[in-house]
Amino acid sequence: MKKITKEAILETLEKVTDPEIPVLSIVDMGLIRDIQLTENQIEVVITPTYSGCPAMNVIEIEILATLQMNGFENVKVTTVLSPAWTTDWLTERGRQQLLEYGIAPPARGTVDKHVLFQEDRVVACPQCNSINTKMISQFGSTACKAMYKCNDCLEPFDYFKCI
Amino acid sequence: MKSALFDYTLRLGDSSLIIGHRLSEWCGHGPVLEQDIALINIALDLVGQAKSFLEYAGKVEAKGRDEDALAYHRIDRDFRNILLAEQPNEDFAFTIIRQFLFDAFQYPFYQRLAKSKDPQLAAIAQKSLKEVTYHLRFSSEWTIRLGDGTPESHEKMQTAINELWAFTGELFEMTETDEILIEHGIAIDLNEIKPIWEQKVKAIFKEATLEIPTTNWMQSGGKKGIHTEYLGFILAEMQYLPRAFPDAKW
Repeated sequence: MKKITKEAILETLEKVTDPEIPVLSIVDMGLIRDIQLTENQIEVVITPTYSGCPAMNVIEIEILATLQMNGFENVKVTTVLSPAWTTDWLTERGRQQLLEYGIAPPARGTVDKHVLFQEDRVVACPQCNSINTKMISQFGSTACKAMYKCNDCLEPFDYFKCI
Repeated sequence: MKSALFDYTLRLGDSSLIIGHRLSEWCGHGPVLEQDIALINIALDLVGQAKSFLEYAGKVEAKGRDEDALAYHRIDRDFRNILLAEQPNEDFAFTIIRQFLFDAFQYPFYQRLAKSKDPQLAAIAQKSLKEVTYHLRFSSEWTIRLGDGTPESHEKMQTAINELWAFTGELFEMTETDEILIEHGIAIDLNEIKPIWEQKVKAIFKEATLEIPTTNWMQSGGKKGIHTEYLGFILAEMQYLPRAFPDAKW
């Protein structure tokens, strides 16, 4: 019988990844907002990255399945919207994993102040590290990413955009 | 008060759902791949926001209806979306103008709703605001690029504005629902949003070399459930599957 502590649960949850970014655990993404332990229930409180994130259902099922397989019983998953998820909650390890996977991690600081036209953020290419890059579209393969291309190594890449 | 909150929440959810559905019709038909993906990403955000609003509306109503029941099992007269949201896609110019007029409203609206005394509406607004920031940037940029583009793109954009303008008055229309909820600090006084919206529209149209129509006549009805002929066709497509196969699961 496993000892039920928040730390043990959190450690187990590191095995659950976002199905759209399989290198990143939901813990490193900052999706776990709270873990509540009562006498006979474990409540995991999560928050979605984007309102329409299609991965949320799968993530919820994965949390339940993973905890159960690791000996945690009576688990309930609750979703909260506030405070709204921000890319600032990505852990340092998460940022590193994104980079190694070929996705440029979000620039630091929540608010994207470069909202004026033609003032795109400087995003380094995850392949060759060049900052000679260009945004192709603010909307990419998933809700949380923008599309960029590198003018030096000519590779296209995803940028995990700030929200 | 409870029925006003239900009506208000439905209105917000329905507008996002219907315009989101409209955008989703572009899937696979966008002018280039990047813009196809962008429109669908925006559609996904809007349908996601709709889900949050409708889920909450169901809780407020407390008659056991969830977001799916509300989206798929109501008839057109029960929908509270603004008429602008249901207007057809026509061409890319039409879609961009419809989106810009909508986004320019949503942005300042959600900024204020984020401080509503209703904690759940405030939470949904805080979340949505981050997404709408990107939508408004996208539709503003395309409005400028196409308005101040070739003679043909300019003409298409101006035609879209002229056609859609009569649906913008409803953005700021308030009913008894608003009055009741404003008193409780829940709803937003739309008279406050109007000048901000007008300023944004004016600024972007100016840069896009587009003109604001001089006509003052405005179409109305969506917030009371009186819709244009388009909504019925949207619902027929959107609701077909869950109505034909009520317990269908993925």
